[in-house]
Amino acid sequence: MLADWPLLSIATWLPILGGVVVLLSGDNGARRTALLFALATFAVTIPLYTGFDVTTSAMQFREFVPWLPSFNINYHMGIDGISLPLILLTSFLTVLVIIAGWEVIQYRAAQYMAAFLIMEGIMIGVFCALDAVLFYVFWEAQLIPMFLIIGIWGGPRRVYATIKFFLYTFFGSVFMLVALIYLYYQSGTFDLQSLHALPLPLTAQIWIFVAFMLAFAVKIPMWPVHTWLPDAHVEAPTGGSVILAAIMLKMGGYGFLRLSLPITPDASEVLAGFVITLSLIAVVYIGFVALVQGDMKKLIAYSSISHMGFVTLGMFIVFMLLAQSPTGEGARLGLEGAMVQMISHGLISAALFLCVGVLYDRMHSRMIGDYGGVVNPMPVFASFMVLFALSNAGLPGTSGFVGEFMVILAAFQADFWLAFLAALTLILGAAYTLWMVKRVVFGPVANENVGALTDIGRREFVVLGILAISVLALGIYPDPLVELMHPTIDKLVTQVAASKL
Amino acid sequence: MSSQFLPILPEIVLATGACLVLVVDLFVSDERRATSYLLAQAVLVATLLAISLPATEGARILFGGAFIADSMSQLLKLSVVVLTLLVFTYSRPYLEGRGLFKGEYFVLGLFGVLGMMIMISGYSLLSIYLGLELLALCQYAMVAFHRDSPRASEAAMKYFVLGALASGLLLYGMSLLYGLTGSLEIIDIHNYLARHGVDEIGALLGMAFIIVGLGFKLGAVPFHAWIPDVYEGAPTAVTLYLGTAPKIAAFALIIRLLAEGLEVLHADWQTMLAVLAILSLVLGNVVAIAQTNLKRMLGYSTISHVGFILLGVLAGTAQGYSSAMFYVIVYALMTAVAFGMIILLSRRGIEAEQLDDFKGLNDRSPWFALMMLFSMFSLAGVPPFAGFYAKLSVLRAVVQVDQVWLAVIAVIVSIIGAFYYLRVVKLMYFDKPEDTGALQQGFGLRAVLSVNGIAVLVLGVYPAALMSWCIAAVTW
Repeated sequence: MLADWPLLSIATWLPILGGVVVLLSGDNGARRTALLFALATFAVTIPLYTGFDVTTSAMQFREFVPWLPSFNINYHMGIDGISLPLILLTSFLTVLVIIAGWEVIQYRAAQYMAAFLIMEGIMIGVFCALDAVLFYVFWEAQLIPMFLIIGIWGGPRRVYATIKFFLYTFFGSVFMLVALIYLYYQSGTFDLQSLHALPLPLTAQIWIFVAFMLAFAVKIPMWPVHTWLPDAHVEAPTGGSVILAAIMLKMGGYGFLRLSLPITPDASEVLAGFVITLSLIAVVYIGFVALVQGDMKKLIAYSSISHMGFVTLGMFIVFMLLAQSPTGEGARLGLEGAMVQMISHGLISAALFLCVGVLYDRMHSRMIGDYGGVVNPMPVFASFMVLFALSNAGLPGTSGFVGEFMVILAAFQADFWLAFLAALTLILGAAYTLWMVKRVVFGPVANENVGALTDIGRREFVVLGILAISVLALGIYPDPLVELMHPTIDKLVTQVAASKL
Repeated sequence: MSSQFLPILPEIVLATGACLVLVVDLFVSDERRATSYLLAQAVLVATLLAISLPATEGARILFGGAFIADSMSQLLKLSVVVLTLLVFTYSRPYLEGRGLFKGEYFVLGLFGVLGMMIMISGYSLLSIYLGLELLALCQYAMVAFHRDSPRASEAAMKYFVLGALASGLLLYGMSLLYGLTGSLEIIDIHNYLARHGVDEIGALLGMAFIIVGLGFKLGAVPFHAWIPDVYEGAPTAVTLYLGTAPKIAAFALIIRLLAEGLEVLHADWQTMLAVLAILSLVLGNVVAIAQTNLKRMLGYSTISHVGFILLGVLAGTAQGYSSAMFYVIVYALMTAVAFGMIILLSRRGIEAEQLDDFKGLNDRSPWFALMMLFSMFSLAGVPPFAGFYAKLSVLRAVVQVDQVWLAVIAVIVSIIGAFYYLRVVKLMYFDKPEDTGALQQGFGLRAVLSVNGIAVLVLGVYPAALMSWCIAAVTW
């Protein structure tokens, strides 16, 4: 019964409709209406999980409507084990973000809430789209609300940060568009699954891979095109940082899995070494960069880049692993590790940004130097922050450990030194996160401002508590998530292993 | 006999109506000038009905080959008239606030529309040229319409001199073709060239002059110099008129002359248009960044969009022509929103044409800031707005003829272009207002501008109808 409903369309368009309603209804009651729509959307995504068939790699909940027939562009939606966790993450975090912005946002609250709702719908659309143009439309459209969120509610250098964010991502994406149009002329279709099966000569594959890479590497982001991220994160309001780190970066990773690897497997194989090198630079070098940051948000931003390096590493060591064991056992581990890492980083980075937001709302400073001994006035908050920090550093028992462990394990099968460099992150991650915690949370109370802090309220407790439960649950029992992805990852491994020349 | 005249019923209605407005306007006192305005709008609506009346079955060539009625002419005329309806509605409060609310604006505007319709349906060099000159003369007079403004007079002078030069070049090219082929009719010229092959040096020479003339009219680099000055100098209501419907007519001109008449020489004009297109894209987008005057910025933006339209045309395929047609119609719609917004913000003594006048618009009117945002993101080619599909279809046409490098250049410059559109959004949303005066209150302006802005979004979410119409229009 429920499965007959166009659930994906509802999940995509309900929040967008909600955004319009909130926008029209004005500032009074905007928060309640927005929360209602966010909860409704989350409720709609739950049947996606309960009704999901974990035994097949085929696309489920498919919807197909001709949209622009003269161009053979269709409104084609569907999800598999890669997209479902990301959709759940999106609808889950949007609820938290809206609760978190409840009191903080006083200027044009309706527009703020509407922007987040519309963005939620667009991001779910990205993860559902099975038509290349539909994917691109959602992919680009999502820039507009984020551009406004950073620009309107951001910090002092928000204009610089938001324009940089927009132009950087726009720059990456337009080449993807040209590549998609080129693919259309090779195949006569924009359907992603048909494109997965399209044979292509190596030169063409390499050009297409480079075009995709520009889009996804900027988005995820990889060294050296990461420089927009620290700026955007620092200037964005808390909610914006949360969505940016938790979901928008994952769109880059999703793009690699959905487009780059299956459409251009041979080019990916040829250029895997290059991507792995960039990933390791991100893991190690950016880890060191994070160490010296004096701004908490910037530190988390650099930590995000470093963690995303892990994701791309897990995706591209697949080729080394396949070369060693054609059964694909290790390859699967790498890809699943990358996926788990994405979900877990989504939760942890969201939680950390919310923690910084809690402090910022009280002190209006993000500088580590302004804090010290926060645990004394805010014991409850401090325990949350320490939990999330440990999780960010990859403590076993938290979700941060699972993904990193899987990727390192896979890397170890591929090459010892690769694993060694990747494992450095365990030390570096622990160093920059725990050092920050030490300076902010522990020690004697640094100044009277810190001494006068009040502990978190009920609303903040609920938000952080939910996130803490998710982080622990995923860390202790990640099996449901991994099981969800099994068949899809298997299929991806066979797609990647088969040459398309 | 009646069937001869039925296809030109729209032109007849419009010409009669324009004369009627001219006469009625003489007898109306200044207080009741709105009569002329309403009558002019009524004439446009009647023309609109006349255009949508006959369901043309295939193309019909009438009046000894001077006139063609086909599905392309129907679609383009429809767009021209609808846009002019918008333009007149937006113009009214602007003209009223400056003591310019006179019948002449509407009469000239109507005759200009007549010129455009003749350009769209002209099928011999003579009728095309007549239509073009009718439009051009109306435009010169409209730019100079604000007699007391030295800026407007200067713009009109420049426009007139350069426009006359362009007409001369175009006419010279036409005369060469006539001398060579012995006929003025597009179809004969086409057949002659098809028979005698592409090595006719005379035909190439004529073509070169025609392209230069068209380049002037469209404002393609390096024949663009008049655009920024005229856009900035003319009263905003006139810039609005110049910047929208005539682009569609100019597009029709290119299709009739190059794609139909000189189809055989496609390989030659393709290269020439590629040069014009690239120069326009690069120069338009780069120089627009440096502008502080919104009208001037939109002028340079026009130049860059002309580059995109030329890209579609130079593909030389049905797909290319239909995508360029879609582009030009969508372009006119989004530009109309931008100029309408300038009028909305202006009032007596304040032109609101500087970029800074848009500061903090979100605090003054969230709704219209949103409309301007639609227009700007659409011009920048960001989905889900109509401008994205326009760019997508043009790029698709270019890639189809194996010119991927042109597509790559086009997307690189659109990144540059995105910057100055974003700056407008930045001013509206991220800055605090300096000017807190009320916006124009006219109901017509507000309602139509809202519809126009929403249309830019709707055409982006559901482009299929207009797109298939454009595709159907180029199957001649």
